[in-house]
Amino acid sequence: MIRTTRIASGQGFWGDWLEAPVRQVEGGPIDYLMMDYLAEVTMSVMQKQRSRDPTLGYAKDFVPLMERLLPALVERGVRVTANAGGVNPRACAEAVIETARRLGLAGRIRVGIVTGDDMLDRLDELLDRGNELRNLDTGEPLAAVRESVSSANAYLGAWPVVEALERGAQVVITGRVTDTGLTLGPMIHEFGWRADAWDHLAAGTVAGHIIECGAQCTGGNCLVGWERLPNMADPGYPIIDARDDGTFDVTKHPGTGGRVTVASVTEQLVYEMGDPRSYITPDCVADFTTITLKQAGRDRVAASGVRGGPATDSLKVSLSYHYGFKAIGTLVYSWPDALAKARKADGILRERLARLGLEFEQTLTEFVGVDATHGPLAGPPHPDIPEVQLRVGVRAPERAPVERFSREIAPLILNGPPSVTGFAGGRPKVEEIVAYWPALIPKSEIHPRVDILEA
Amino acid sequence: MGRKGVRRMGTRRVRLVELAHARSGDKGDTANVGLIALRPELYPLLVKQVTAARVARHFRGIIKGPVERYELPNLHALNFLLHGALGGGGTLSLKTDAQGKVFSTALLRMEIDVPRSLRVG
Repeated sequence: MIRTTRIASGQGFWGDWLEAPVRQVEGGPIDYLMMDYLAEVTMSVMQKQRSRDPTLGYAKDFVPLMERLLPALVERGVRVTANAGGVNPRACAEAVIETARRLGLAGRIRVGIVTGDDMLDRLDELLDRGNELRNLDTGEPLAAVRESVSSANAYLGAWPVVEALERGAQVVITGRVTDTGLTLGPMIHEFGWRADAWDHLAAGTVAGHIIECGAQCTGGNCLVGWERLPNMADPGYPIIDARDDGTFDVTKHPGTGGRVTVASVTEQLVYEMGDPRSYITPDCVADFTTITLKQAGRDRVAASGVRGGPATDSLKVSLSYHYGFKAIGTLVYSWPDALAKARKADGILRERLARLGLEFEQTLTEFVGVDATHGPLAGPPHPDIPEVQLRVGVRAPERAPVERFSREIAPLILNGPPSVTGFAGGRPKVEEIVAYWPALIPKSEIHPRVDILEA
Repeated sequence: MGRKGVRRMGTRRVRLVELAHARSGDKGDTANVGLIALRPELYPLLVKQVTAARVARHFRGIIKGPVERYELPNLHALNFLLHGALGGGGTLSLKTDAQGKVFSTALLRMEIDVPRSLRVG
């Protein structure tokens, strides 16, 4: 007899649609709700919050969301896996526990905490032991930027999530667990897949990849027939109907908007893909050239045939470090000669910056409406183009030249080319650049840890 | 198009947007573009004509590094990695499209030769 489980995606990134997880829980039967909160530099934002207040450093939205959802989750027996814990999963879990007690759910909820990903306090020790943490893109050793590092997290896989589920956690809150591990974990737990069942683990990983960006596989951002997609004001977020033989369907709740088609799922499969034969996670190496997709009904795509290979000996590490500063200024020029005016303004601005002796690592000009998205591939604009937005960005290691740049945009309104508008936002904001440093570390250096709290 | 811009007999040029759909994303300073045939029978045309070299020429002056191509015949898709495409990538980039989200449609501007008899779209 085939065993099944239903895993719903409720959040594709920190800042995704707040209604989505609620609709997933209330819109029909599901067993699990997975939510992805962490992007590459999110951890450094969270480290900064934690350094100011030791009770912060996680996705704050998660707690009010749990307040809305906990009674229904308990009533329906739906379990949650979320990497909302950021750099402080324990604080996040404690806030959820407190919320549960306030809702009268004391004694009825266990929260699992997955930690061990955070390497920041151990970084020097790890470097001293010969882990160079070379940048995967440039090959440079981390020593080059060590003093500027603001976060360091290893990507943990599905297994600590499995342990938390096995110890009875209804809500599993993790630090830097892979997006795919949040979906694969429940499957391993439900189906008892072994650690070397590579094809099954690869299938769960592919399922996780499909739903980790929320509605991006159910019609969101999908090019095929986008103008005809029904009810996109209320898009259905994806649901995996998983089976213990490693096959699964992608679907969504009935009555919701959007569409689940081979086209919508395929677009998500190729999103952020490298070598398709080697999709590496902590749990396995999935081969995306083995996936078979078939339309199995309205808003239902069946996936089968997924093959995978053994996991590697290392974990990917996501580090972030202070790089410098940037600012981007914009002005809008109107017909007639909108582009010529914008070009003229750019020339004047650059001459002024040069006369001030300001040095930038890069100065980039784009003309939005003309070349900002496709560059020269777009060809020349219509001569009567109604408006063009001039968009100039600068980047420098020091704050001072960027700060000065930010004061050179507004004067152009009165002392530059005519018919200019669109500056209501005021002076460009100077932003600190926190850059991303991908690296590898041997698995033997990282020790995932699971704790359980009871409400 | 054949070499030196000579069109093959019995063919016409169409933009990829009539033959394929696409999605793109980022990994550091590299953009990836997944190009997916709108119908399985269009996939061989993509394999034959949308080569890594052709894509590199298409994006000349826009990307700084090389282009790699991977085939996914099971999904009737090709995956391209465009290196040095994002002005430093991630948070460093000053570009509107810092995350390479619309390299997909930029690739769909490319034109290839199809048989005159072929139904597109």
